[in-house]
Amino acid sequence: MEERMSTSASCLEGHAALVAEAEALWKDYSLTSVREWKKESGGIAIGYMPVYVPRELLWAQNALPVGILGGGDDLEIIRGDAYYQSYICHIPRSTIELGLNGSLDCLDGVLFPATCDVIRNLSGMWKMQFPDKLVRYLDVPQDFDPAMGGAFYRHELQEITESLPGIGGRSYDEDALRTAIQVYNESRQAVADLYDLRRREPWKIPTHELYVLLRAGMVLPPEEHTTMLRAYETAVSDDESRRPMDQARVLITGSFCEQPPLGLIKTLERAGCYIVDDDFVQVHRWIVGDIPVDGDPLGNLVTAYLENSIESPIRYIDDGVKGQGLVERVEHYGAEGVLFCAPSFCDPALLDQPMAVKAVEDAGIPWTAFKYSENSGQFQVIREQAGTFADSIKLWSGE
Amino acid sequence: MANDARTNVSKDLSQERQKRMIAEHFSKLARAPDEGRACAYTFVPGNLTELLNSFDVLPVLPEINALQSGMRGKSRDYIGLAEKLGHSEDVCTYVKCDLGMLKSGNIGPTGERLPDPNLLLLSYTGCFTFLKWFEILGQEYDCPVVMLHVPYQGDGKITNSMRKYVVDQLRNKVIPQLEEISGQPYDEDRLKEMLARSAQAEDDLVYVLESAKNKPSPIDAYFGGVYYIGPIFTAFRGTQDAVEYYRELRAEVEERVKLGKGPITPEGEMEEEKYRVVVEGPPNWTSFRQFWKMFSDEGAVVVASSYTKVGGVYDDGFRHDPSRPLESLADYCMGCYTNLNLPSRVDMLVRYVEDYQADGFLINSVKSCNSFSAGQLMILREVENRTGRPGGFVESDLVDPRYFSASNIKNRLESYFQMIDQKRERGRKSGQGD
Repeated sequence: MEERMSTSASCLEGHAALVAEAEALWKDYSLTSVREWKKESGGIAIGYMPVYVPRELLWAQNALPVGILGGGDDLEIIRGDAYYQSYICHIPRSTIELGLNGSLDCLDGVLFPATCDVIRNLSGMWKMQFPDKLVRYLDVPQDFDPAMGGAFYRHELQEITESLPGIGGRSYDEDALRTAIQVYNESRQAVADLYDLRRREPWKIPTHELYVLLRAGMVLPPEEHTTMLRAYETAVSDDESRRPMDQARVLITGSFCEQPPLGLIKTLERAGCYIVDDDFVQVHRWIVGDIPVDGDPLGNLVTAYLENSIESPIRYIDDGVKGQGLVERVEHYGAEGVLFCAPSFCDPALLDQPMAVKAVEDAGIPWTAFKYSENSGQFQVIREQAGTFADSIKLWSGE
Repeated sequence: MANDARTNVSKDLSQERQKRMIAEHFSKLARAPDEGRACAYTFVPGNLTELLNSFDVLPVLPEINALQSGMRGKSRDYIGLAEKLGHSEDVCTYVKCDLGMLKSGNIGPTGERLPDPNLLLLSYTGCFTFLKWFEILGQEYDCPVVMLHVPYQGDGKITNSMRKYVVDQLRNKVIPQLEEISGQPYDEDRLKEMLARSAQAEDDLVYVLESAKNKPSPIDAYFGGVYYIGPIFTAFRGTQDAVEYYRELRAEVEERVKLGKGPITPEGEMEEEKYRVVVEGPPNWTSFRQFWKMFSDEGAVVVASSYTKVGGVYDDGFRHDPSRPLESLADYCMGCYTNLNLPSRVDMLVRYVEDYQADGFLINSVKSCNSFSAGQLMILREVENRTGRPGGFVESDLVDPRYFSASNIKNRLESYFQMIDQKRERGRKSGQGD
């Protein structure tokens, strides 16, 4: 990574260079860095769709996990639209486009987690379109009893481990998985530390920078990504030029799958919002805290999913209270308001939203809502809406 | 799935029976609170009707209420009300219709108020929206919710791990909850008796659906099919009423086959079968009769459909099996159409086009249902490529009348049938040339 940084970002220094490097990695939809990693390491690359897959499992078998989060606002959709009706969200059509234009041909397989019906059905489309690749639908449990949902999930994970050697991955090895869990614990901690720093000093970490860094983690090996995050943390902590501004502290929710364009994040910040918590690129934060390294590592992955996953619209709440997790996040991050920011036609986010709105209203938290598409290009209306929202918080939050 | 749209035609015995069964069921539901009888709200795909009935628990199916609201012209207001309450215009209109109905007094299709649920049985089968739907209803009712997570057939098969997961949930979560709300212990012998009756009815249903292989087809397997699946997809599977209904229906269809009769349509009996098509996707309910008439006016008969498999696929040989009751229920749940992966759905549709000697394949893509709709354009191409028969595509919605554009759909259908004509003509000419 250092070598890449020194060349591609030679004109920049400190955090700006890191952000530029991260953005270059993200925007390289042909996955040059993944191709290079494969060549250097002899490993394989496995793509995954949002929201969550246990990347540790892949990494332990010398498979680089590669996040596929659509084509954003950069990709011209030529053939992808012919696969989807107008009332279906945008991420599957850009993903199909990336598949058809060869961008993803370095991937030896793709995992499609149980996020929604669109991503579920995309798994079958991928099977038909790319019959020579490993394609797996990862059915994560909605029952959280270890003896039922846990046993089922463990079997799902075992099937993944068994499928990798056949396409060039290493055989499953418990010690390798323990090492991988440790690597991802460090990654999760680095992300958590940045979120915590942003919570304390949001002026130090603009979200449009943090977001780009998170996206780089979709293609980088985890250790390299952690190094990048730590370097950024040091650089921004040392930057005394970043001073507090009179902005409203807001929490964004609803953007856990199809990602907003970077322009939208910048627009919200320019409209007077400090984004102090969000659900962007959520695979980094799905598991809260460390996963134990000792003992049965596969069992530890299962337990982490069952017991330490975040509250999410795609996860059934059996005995909890809908929206309680959101309210707790608002409190923890000191947010003054909530922006419900969901992609158009996103069933999980939009079906969940009225329940979440009720929870924040009951807690007396101001909120507003708008929708986007990953390729949205006009933000004027959102800017006005977010600006008015931020102003109202600043003017009347004390009343 | 529908009980009151076929007007202006003489009713067969089976129709009269179905009407009576439905009326009795809603009457029981209306009396349930006074009689202290428990009821459970649940979904059509992956429904556990025999299990519920074995506890004398009455099922209520919100999807059916929604489609009935659509047919009775009430869904527009119900959806509007839900959207005013903050539900997005982008999401499933069944959910919004159901919620609007609830907020409007929860009056069922017979004009009687539906009872509040004693249990929300969230059989999470083949549709992500179900999960959110019952989370939403969970906030409206003071009753337990029990989640039955039914794994998706991502690799096109049911594994032992998947089956065990479902059976474990049935045994350890669903059954104890049913014991609690009903006050009755689990009676496996009673369940087995019901499952045996289910299998009997399933045999007859399969005969009826497969009768469409005849030329002319004696049934319409989509518009007519939604009536035929009504009892077995809803509250009656496993009952003696359902056995009798399907026995009568089968006899009626056998008689039609013997006489070489075509299907009954909104305008009476179809005189000439001009086109045989396979249809994928649910029907539109708000203009159901008009939609059907667009087919029947052209002499088009739907000989097979995927929608009539949404509450259970039986023509692949599956039957409920009393010798392995819970395993059989698990396999039933996992085998429902929308729980199959796309390659399996394509295989099934290709098989239908070929086995039923269809002239073509048509998709009614509904805005509300991503479970059905996401991937349908690829399904269309695959089925076309593999069968060589022309594919057609129309768009509407389940119960939102704003998304039914009659002139657009009619134009598309007419063009589609012309395309079949042209293909036949080309085939005839090339046949002559040979």
